[in-house]
Amino acid sequence: MSDKQVKTLESITIRFAGDSGDGMQLTGGQFTDTTAIAGNDLNTFPDYPAEIRAPVGTTFGVSGFQIQLSSKPVHTPGDAPDVLVAMNPAALKVNLPILRDNGIIIVNTDSFQQRNLDLAKYESNPLEDDSLKLYQVFRVPITTLTREALKDSPLRPKEKDRSKNFFALGMTYWMYTRSMEPTLEWINTKFKNKPELIKANTLALKAGYNFALSTEIFTTSYRIERASIKPGKYRNITGNEATALGFIAAAKKAGKELYLGSYPITPASDILHELSKYRNYGVKTFQAEDEIAGIASAIGASYAGDMAITTTSGPGLALKSEALGLAVITELPLVVVNVQRGGPSTGLPTKTEQADLMQAMYGRNGEAPVPIIAANSPSDCFNAAFEAMEVAFKFNTPVLLLTDGYIANGAEPWLIPKVDELPEIKVEYATDPDNYQPYKRDEETLSRTMAIPGMAGFEHHVGGLEKDITGNVSYVPEIHHEMVNLRAEKIKRVNNYTQEPELFGEPEGELLVISWGSTYGSVFKAMEEAKNRGLSVSWYHLRWINPLPKNLGTIIKHFKKVLVPEINLGQLVKLIRAEYLVDAQGFNRVLGLPLNSGELLEAIESHLKGL
Amino acid sequence: MAETMHIEPVKLTRDDFTSPIDARWCPGCGDYSILAQMKKVLPELGVPKENIVFIAGIGCSSRFPYYVDTYGYHTIHGRAPAIASGVKIANPDLKVFVMTGDGDALSIGGNHFIHLCRRNIDITIVLFNNEIYGLTKGQYSPTSKQGQITKSSPYGSIERPFNPVEMALAAGATFVARTIDREPKHLEHILKRAAMHKGTSFVEVYQNCVIFNDGVYNSLTDKKVKDDNLIYMENDKSLLFGKEKEKALHWNGTRFEVVQVSDHSVDTLTKHKEDGGNPAAEFALSSLSMEAHLPTPIGVFRNAHIPTYEQMLQKQIDDVTEQKGEGTLETLLNSGKTFEIK
Repeated sequence: MSDKQVKTLESITIRFAGDSGDGMQLTGGQFTDTTAIAGNDLNTFPDYPAEIRAPVGTTFGVSGFQIQLSSKPVHTPGDAPDVLVAMNPAALKVNLPILRDNGIIIVNTDSFQQRNLDLAKYESNPLEDDSLKLYQVFRVPITTLTREALKDSPLRPKEKDRSKNFFALGMTYWMYTRSMEPTLEWINTKFKNKPELIKANTLALKAGYNFALSTEIFTTSYRIERASIKPGKYRNITGNEATALGFIAAAKKAGKELYLGSYPITPASDILHELSKYRNYGVKTFQAEDEIAGIASAIGASYAGDMAITTTSGPGLALKSEALGLAVITELPLVVVNVQRGGPSTGLPTKTEQADLMQAMYGRNGEAPVPIIAANSPSDCFNAAFEAMEVAFKFNTPVLLLTDGYIANGAEPWLIPKVDELPEIKVEYATDPDNYQPYKRDEETLSRTMAIPGMAGFEHHVGGLEKDITGNVSYVPEIHHEMVNLRAEKIKRVNNYTQEPELFGEPEGELLVISWGSTYGSVFKAMEEAKNRGLSVSWYHLRWINPLPKNLGTIIKHFKKVLVPEINLGQLVKLIRAEYLVDAQGFNRVLGLPLNSGELLEAIESHLKGL
Repeated sequence: MAETMHIEPVKLTRDDFTSPIDARWCPGCGDYSILAQMKKVLPELGVPKENIVFIAGIGCSSRFPYYVDTYGYHTIHGRAPAIASGVKIANPDLKVFVMTGDGDALSIGGNHFIHLCRRNIDITIVLFNNEIYGLTKGQYSPTSKQGQITKSSPYGSIERPFNPVEMALAAGATFVARTIDREPKHLEHILKRAAMHKGTSFVEVYQNCVIFNDGVYNSLTDKKVKDDNLIYMENDKSLLFGKEKEKALHWNGTRFEVVQVSDHSVDTLTKHKEDGGNPAAEFALSSLSMEAHLPTPIGVFRNAHIPTYEQMLQKQIDDVTEQKGEGTLETLLNSGKTFEIK
């Protein structure tokens, strides 16, 4: 064995890339869990194609998984990877442009045969010409070595080859001084009925680790110290999992049964998958016949007294809009989750975007306001789901929760809250049957008085036609005018009860950045760097977008310029301009990717210079 | 599995269900008859008033919830079956009705209608079939006859109509029946049986629209001719019709044919079976209404008993709870692979 050195790094960004069928999401997921247990902070970005199995070897079939791990707090999966693990030429081709200069490339040389080079449309073999000379390239015959490690396995050659991602994972575990234990445990549980696969994957993982340890190719391994993150109990969690858990927690805190009506749609389906596991928590999941039935059944469940939600992505929200209007006029508590993806139409189903904000605000007929909350990171989806439900019940209104493909699929360590840290959710029903009026309102919140079927003496009618206070249909012009205004005013009052975001930076200055949702991490990183550079820029990240925080108007007045970065063509910026009559400018990218914090920093600088 | 719902003695009368709101259907509308019979049936169900919920979509029929003094939700076009599904799954103690029309249930809401039938959620669907769009003032509907002249088909509709009973049977509803607004006793009887059925029950009511499609069911309601055109199906009885009950429908192994009773001994005539044992006969009976020269059967086409959706859901909840233990907030927050940071 040659002499090897260990270097300590503060943070590193690794991207695993291969064919859709190469198991890159699994590899990334294992690396993530192991890293979380090792005590690093981390943030991940699964980036996969819409096709389940695109033609093998092609660039459009490339599936990637990026993770940034650090001994410091991390808020993004990293702009440019330091390390690229490329299982085939297509994966190299697709990901090379984003790799940082002098970055590390680990390639499976076995896959660089003419056929794969052709499929990836390489004119010459990049491992043989000098196109990779700016990078540190580690050439490993991963397929051959995996087959060799499994030579005694009774599996067929094709099956053996499927273990090659574990070989690659093993190599990275050695390189970044991770323990193999968590993955070995996982293999044992996952394949408990397939002992041959336990054996094969275990052998491949260990072979990869030992290969990296003993080969002369790798001279250096890296340590990333434990992050000094807040002590406590953590678990690694994706945004969709956190959303699901947030709703179950809310149901428990409200003493309600949770009902989900949903139709499968990428990238929201994982919430349905997750919630359908929790039957022993009294969770009722209803896989509806379409998007409309998803929300309609949830409206029915809410009407009958369950805590009801529906989950979808942009195109599904479009289909739900009429029913959402019904929930608005009948004033029922309901949370609609929109895991945004690239649009319009089918758009980019597996890629992220923030382009449904206007749809969330205005995508219904008539005056139909709903509160809108946006989660800012994977683990924050838990809090956002919980908070959305608190507001839904306090105000008896549908609430829209916006997440997006990036934080829905991305993962980070989540500091698990204690049971008693979560507030109770109070659910109030009418108590006086003799004087019951379904549209009589609470003076503070303007929330209507609810009674649900099964409550004797409170029998009444509600419906999509305009009503007077008694629940009877009314076509009286003044009553419609009053009811439209009351419903609007009720939603405005939501911000009497929600927490205002904190302003990051000085309370006055040259430039104010206003952002919302999943761009939190990218903006955070850009702002940290801006602060280091001594730039006069402050930052306000919105949680509730409707209604906007009460003090935002005042804050804006203390800055000369306003910049609104978004993954759309400028939607929040329109609301800000309309609401505050300020010449706010947008920073907009619609690449289907999280915002690049480096680019954002440049935009901040150029706006400052333009003063 | 019990055929009927658990009955508790609750002494209610028709008046208990009379809404303070006056019905606003056109004078002479068949909907009044359905409302009147429903109000007779409701006290008979033994269900407390507060546990009865009427859900409706959009259309003339869908104003129904306002006119009964129970919980009622007048929703949006076509979606009542989906909303009702959520209501019933949230609270299986409720007796849930969906009141709908041929446009609401079979056109804009066709998808929800068939999936409700498929799932066998314990909901009673009453479809008012007047073969026309009434509330939008007279366009052809998915049950309008081919050739029908309407506002939107001035040269005659070229579309082939749906047969609602066939659809409900094909979609898997476990109770399927047909009745007529002008046959109040029959209507009452069928509504009651449907309401008592455990599972998705479907009743098609032939309903006359006096304004836009008056007389569409005259051949079945006009005393002069109806005996030759209408068959009252009864379980385990021959399918007799005609003024003197001199004619019968007889299953020849592949289809029904009209025979003279006098040519047969009564024992050899085909007897109607509601139990769902002979799908071919069920469908053959249901399709007779589409044949002008054959009589139209009313009554129960199918009355089958299988577990309901909500029963199976509850069983799954119970089974998983037994297997995994009851989930608490504590166990929820500590699920997954947790680790301590010190």
